[in-house]
Amino acid sequence: MSNIMLIVIGSVLVNNYVMSQFLGICPFLGVSKKVETAVGMGMAVTFVMGLAALFTYFIQAYVLVPLKLEYMQTIAFILVIAVLVQIVEIALKKISPALYQALGVYLPLITTNCAVLGMALLNAREGYNLVESVVNGVASALGFTLSIVLFASIRERLASSNMPKWMDGFPGALITAGLMALAFQGFSGLI
Amino acid sequence: MKKNSLMKVFMNGLLNENPTFRLLLGMCPTLAVSTAAGNGLGMGLSTTFVLVFANLVISLLRKMIPEKVRIPSFVVVIATFVTIIDLLIKAFVPALSSSLGIYIPLIVVNCIIFARAESFAFKNAPMPSIVDGLGMGLGFTCSLTLLSSVREIIGSGTWFGMQIMPASYKPMAIIVSPSGGFLTLGILILIVNAIVNAYGKHKKAKEGIA
Repeated sequence: MSNIMLIVIGSVLVNNYVMSQFLGICPFLGVSKKVETAVGMGMAVTFVMGLAALFTYFIQAYVLVPLKLEYMQTIAFILVIAVLVQIVEIALKKISPALYQALGVYLPLITTNCAVLGMALLNAREGYNLVESVVNGVASALGFTLSIVLFASIRERLASSNMPKWMDGFPGALITAGLMALAFQGFSGLI
Repeated sequence: MKKNSLMKVFMNGLLNENPTFRLLLGMCPTLAVSTAAGNGLGMGLSTTFVLVFANLVISLLRKMIPEKVRIPSFVVVIATFVTIIDLLIKAFVPALSSSLGIYIPLIVVNCIIFARAESFAFKNAPMPSIVDGLGMGLGFTCSLTLLSSVREIIGSGTWFGMQIMPASYKPMAIIVSPSGGFLTLGILILIVNAIVNAYGKHKKAKEGIA
């Protein structure tokens, strides 16, 4: 149990994917102009990452390792993730149109979100078991959601404030993210 | 294709549409590996390799791949070349492999490669596609090496592992930490934008006179 707690705290705060591992920077910078879209993206990522952790664990443990095909990991994982995202999109459309309305636009973007593939590769590298893999997947995604929602809130405030013209757009966003990462570095003593 | 337009395609990736500073693509590897100049260069060259070969193969197959399944097809082609470079680096430069870690397999999801496959290689002949991959890849390599050189010099006082700052210089460790990555990149983009704007104005003024 303490092991699981360590993974959760580690992935959400200490090794936050965005703030300290630089995974998932593209959506972090791309869809963080409004809190609403940031929450939607965060939820979609959490959903897919939980499922991806589960499926890639099975692929790794029951297909790649027994057949000694570990070098095919990258290809196998990215295909599983791409297929999974498609299935989730189709299933969501049928089962829950309301949820599809909320998450639909973000789903195709998730295939190329490096946080998903990164999480799958890290799980395999750390040799996590099934429960640990899924917990790590969901916790990392929650860490991603936390940072993107915080970042979007800051950017919403910044949009209405008087920024110097040369800081507008990406330079300002990156410097804001830098200051946030500095704050997250404060968590590094927790574990 | 005329030589002239090939040159144009090449320079486009290097300068006008520089993936890092102008298009802001491929930010994850950019920020993650740019702590030392050697890592930046290694990452840049690996990405160039994948870009050139993925562009070539996708361009050769562009008439055979149906429009609807193009994205999965791109994924397979790109992932194949990423696996090749991953194994090559592991075999010949193990030190680089351990310092770049999972960021080498993550080249698969680098948006630059997808963007070029989708917007260039899928619509153009093999030769211009290779040149486009080379230009984009070298543009990425140059900006990654620049960013990582700045971070290594300020953050550790060395460049490609050689001590270049005087012994009395106290390295600013913050610059090689994650937050320093965001800050340095933000400031560099600011400078590049300022230069491009100034150059644009200069060009306009010149044309105005003529």
